[in-house]
Amino acid sequence: MDLYTRRLLINRFNLVVSLFTMLFGLFWLGWILFTLFKAGLGGFSAKLFLEMTPPPGSDGGLLNAIMGSLSMGAAGTLLGTPVGIMAGIYLAEFGSRGWLAPVTRFISDILLSAPSIVVGLFIYEAYVVWVGHFSGWAGAFALALIVVPVVIRTTENMLRLVPDSLREAAAALGAPQWKVIVLVTVRAAKAGIITGILLAIARISGETAPLLFTALNNQFWTSNMNAPMANLPMVIFQFAMSPYEEWHKLAWAGALLITLSVLALNVFARVFFRNRTATY
Amino acid sequence: MNAAVLQPVEQALTQKIQVKDLNFYYGKFQALKNINLDIPDRKVTAFIGPSGCGKSTLLRTFNRMYALYPNQEAKGEILLDGENILGPGQDLNRLRAKVGMVFQKPTPFPMSIHDNIAFGVRLYESLSPREMDERVEWALRKAALWDEVKGKLRQSGTSLSGGQQQRLCIARAIAVRPEVLLLDEPASALDPISTGRIEELVHELKADYTIVIVTHNMQQAARVSDYTAYMYLGDLVEFGVTDEVFIKPKKKETEDYITGRFG
Repeated sequence: MDLYTRRLLINRFNLVVSLFTMLFGLFWLGWILFTLFKAGLGGFSAKLFLEMTPPPGSDGGLLNAIMGSLSMGAAGTLLGTPVGIMAGIYLAEFGSRGWLAPVTRFISDILLSAPSIVVGLFIYEAYVVWVGHFSGWAGAFALALIVVPVVIRTTENMLRLVPDSLREAAAALGAPQWKVIVLVTVRAAKAGIITGILLAIARISGETAPLLFTALNNQFWTSNMNAPMANLPMVIFQFAMSPYEEWHKLAWAGALLITLSVLALNVFARVFFRNRTATY
Repeated sequence: MNAAVLQPVEQALTQKIQVKDLNFYYGKFQALKNINLDIPDRKVTAFIGPSGCGKSTLLRTFNRMYALYPNQEAKGEILLDGENILGPGQDLNRLRAKVGMVFQKPTPFPMSIHDNIAFGVRLYESLSPREMDERVEWALRKAALWDEVKGKLRQSGTSLSGGQQQRLCIARAIAVRPEVLLLDEPASALDPISTGRIEELVHELKADYTIVIVTHNMQQAARVSDYTAYMYLGDLVEFGVTDEVFIKPKKKETEDYITGRFG
């Protein structure tokens, strides 16, 4: 067997192996989605979005939990995103000298991989204990702490992809550094930075652990961020562990709802990113 | 009669940039060694030499581009109209308003063609929208790009071809009305036709601007420049009128490089 035939065979073999590993991974993912749809689709109805979580034995919806998840997610994103973007800009644009940037990057990376329950416990100690009760704000703070490192990481990486020649070109016109950053580099990296924010939202929409010690849960409707707040992950947890049939159905529907929203966000982020990257 | 009229016309060239005992360091590495050089006003001066000889480094000291990077340092004097731009009191942004630069690779900003040019102008002047439109047109005409883009000024600057992008960058640089234009291998990423356009442009622009061009292409230096400096390993080997440098160089090294026996 000559060298070329051997290479051809090795190539085919590896192709087949990697194809199977791909199918193996896809199989479980497909199974998860299938189970989710099979069990969750039954609970999907207008009621899900119009009625509150019911007491055991009667039926209802998830409106208060959807509302709580949306408001805490929005507040967490709004609080965490500016911090993340600005820190990311600092690391990418000013981080080449001194010790502050490497230290910040290191801490941010730790935060990125920290178990989210630790974040929940931290907010419990720092905020919930201080004000004396669980609240939607506490939940939002915990979610914000998860958003920050994700956004820092993507913002820094996207800004680093902007070629230095573009910074030099803007500086060569006599633009001060802040104008170079705001008008040129951040603009060039805009699509990537927005994608990072969308991925951070996707990440926090399924988090249960940081809400456990902060927002807790609420059987009733509330729009008061200073009170304990219902949210999808906690309701799913509570309802799935219960012995009641109606609650099980709602838990599955809630799980499907989260999955679909995250899926939609990811697809949106991908499409958005694909259409805008061809610039450089 | 005005007394000034009676005086003889000044024949000697005025020097726009005077480089005196310039040494340049990348960290510990010395990239330029005791450079002394006068760049005449409203002429084209070309820097030639093999890769790594320091020609781009020298060019980047004229607008202090190197100051963006912490490890780079220039020692000596560079006088622009008699004032030392390496002095501690020099405002970098003011300097760069006077000394524009175009880079090897086209660098259009991620914004419209119009805004690409307005970006620099807005840093120094507050023009009405109509005045800005006029300035944009003026700059694009100067850069011989107007006819190709006049219908699509709101389109992204990145949508243009490489040669058009480079002329956009030249238009952007002259829109702020600098006195000196630094061109760092402006045509090396372009095809022959676009290169020809850029060279014609350099010819036209020298009526109003002092132009310093770095090039790898010796024919290009011979075609476009009035003065040529040959550099090697951080030394300025020879500097003079282009025709003399190319036809009867004073130094053997220059001749070897120009005739292709070395380099």
